[in-house]
Amino acid sequence: MVKINPSEITPEHLFHSRRQFLTGIGALAATALFLGACRGEDALPPAEEETPEDPLTPYDSILNYNNFYEFTTSKEDVALMARNFQTSPWTVTVGGLVNNPKTYDIDDLLAKFPPEERIYRMRCVEAWSMVIPWTGFTLAGLLKAAEPKAEARYVRFETLYDPAQLPGQNSRVYQWPYIEGLRIDEAMHDLTIMASGIYGKPMPSQNGAPLRLVVPWKYGFKSIKSIVRIDLVEEMPVSLWMAASPSEYGFYANVNPDVHHPRWSQSSERRIGEIRRRRTLPFNGYAEEVSYLYEGMDLRKFF
Amino acid sequence: MATLSRHWLRLLTYIGGLLPLGLLIWNYSQDQLTLNPIKEIQLRTGSYALVLLVLTLASTPLSRLLKSRRVLELRRLLGLFTFMYISLHFLNFLVLDYWFDFSLIREDLFEKTFALAGFSAFLLLLPLAVTSTRGWIVRLGRNWKRLHWLIFPAALLAVVHFFWGSKADVREALIYGVIVILLLALRLPVMKRLTARLSRQSAEDTEPGF
Repeated sequence: MVKINPSEITPEHLFHSRRQFLTGIGALAATALFLGACRGEDALPPAEEETPEDPLTPYDSILNYNNFYEFTTSKEDVALMARNFQTSPWTVTVGGLVNNPKTYDIDDLLAKFPPEERIYRMRCVEAWSMVIPWTGFTLAGLLKAAEPKAEARYVRFETLYDPAQLPGQNSRVYQWPYIEGLRIDEAMHDLTIMASGIYGKPMPSQNGAPLRLVVPWKYGFKSIKSIVRIDLVEEMPVSLWMAASPSEYGFYANVNPDVHHPRWSQSSERRIGEIRRRRTLPFNGYAEEVSYLYEGMDLRKFF
Repeated sequence: MATLSRHWLRLLTYIGGLLPLGLLIWNYSQDQLTLNPIKEIQLRTGSYALVLLVLTLASTPLSRLLKSRRVLELRRLLGLFTFMYISLHFLNFLVLDYWFDFSLIREDLFEKTFALAGFSAFLLLLPLAVTSTRGWIVRLGRNWKRLHWLIFPAALLAVVHFFWGSKADVREALIYGVIVILLLALRLPVMKRLTARLSRQSAEDTEPGF
């Protein structure tokens, strides 16, 4: 597995100057190799199957390449469409099979569960990916505060339904509002967070303000945006994508290079800002942390 | 006047055929191909190819309707521009997107039916592009027409490729499907007679009565 530690956080400008420096080093090394080859010595063998680095995706790229169909299906236009999105006042209701249901004002919620920084790879089912420094808190904390009942087995999430602000919800192609779901042990996992910001700044509207889910070992569409309701339920929720195309999108949607999709490569991906494809890692590189959740399950069946 | 309009039509076709490529190159130089430029090139070359394919298919019935050889003369040019964009579409996939990584290409070209449909259309159109020259037309004689019948299955495969390649919203692909099927239906003998009658009628309407 390939872990990104919070200590590896590099501010964007430092990151870029570092990359320039590394490029310079690379050029020097190439020159040295070339000169070495001229002398008739054996060049160093190429490093094989080395896991590539995971530099942060620039803030500007994260803000301008979004899948948020409530605004528009055009990734480049979401930022513009989301400019006037109202995220205040905003409430989030935690309910369903819990002993302590509660409706939080967003500011109270963020005060009660202070955010920390988490750098995660984000792998879209459309075979592109980013590395994003989120700020957020664990979903586990929020769920524990609600005291789930014994019969609660799944968590169901719901995005704001407001076609006046979210014109994409007038489209009949999909069944609105956006719904997503997790098994309760997935929801309680330490990697699963509720994010309220990126790069230390408040969550931009196009990225799912004011509060969104982030589940880094699943395809991006599982990480539902602009959440208003979280319910503990007994039955497996049917997500918007499961309803739209059940053969293509399953409930689990774990990043898995061995489960193919009819359109996009799931064996490889393009990191935004890079030219060459990268190999996609099982569970998006988080297998060590999460594979135990799926022990004994046929992941080709439960895709 | 007649030569002027003939030249104009050809000029217009050249401009229409090359303008999308020029725009693509310009946008690339200006860094305007989104944050995922290789994907954008793939989508754009695919769209251009499909529009040009529809225009190629429309030129025969249109020339019959307008009783104009001039429209028919554009058919070969339109067909070649279509093939140019399909080739760019395929080369972008092979070179820029996958960089000849054949282990990935095997999966994404041969194991995905949507890609296979598009690739088959490309393979069907390849001999048509090669035999588009005057020399080949003469050499093949009657068989030239038989060979170039392949544009019909290729067009259907191209639409199927677009339909299967669409994410949930298939409306645009369906519109192309309806247009292509209509253009194919115009080749049926009964439709040929109908268009012939229509063009006769319109000719009678516009001619001064005696």
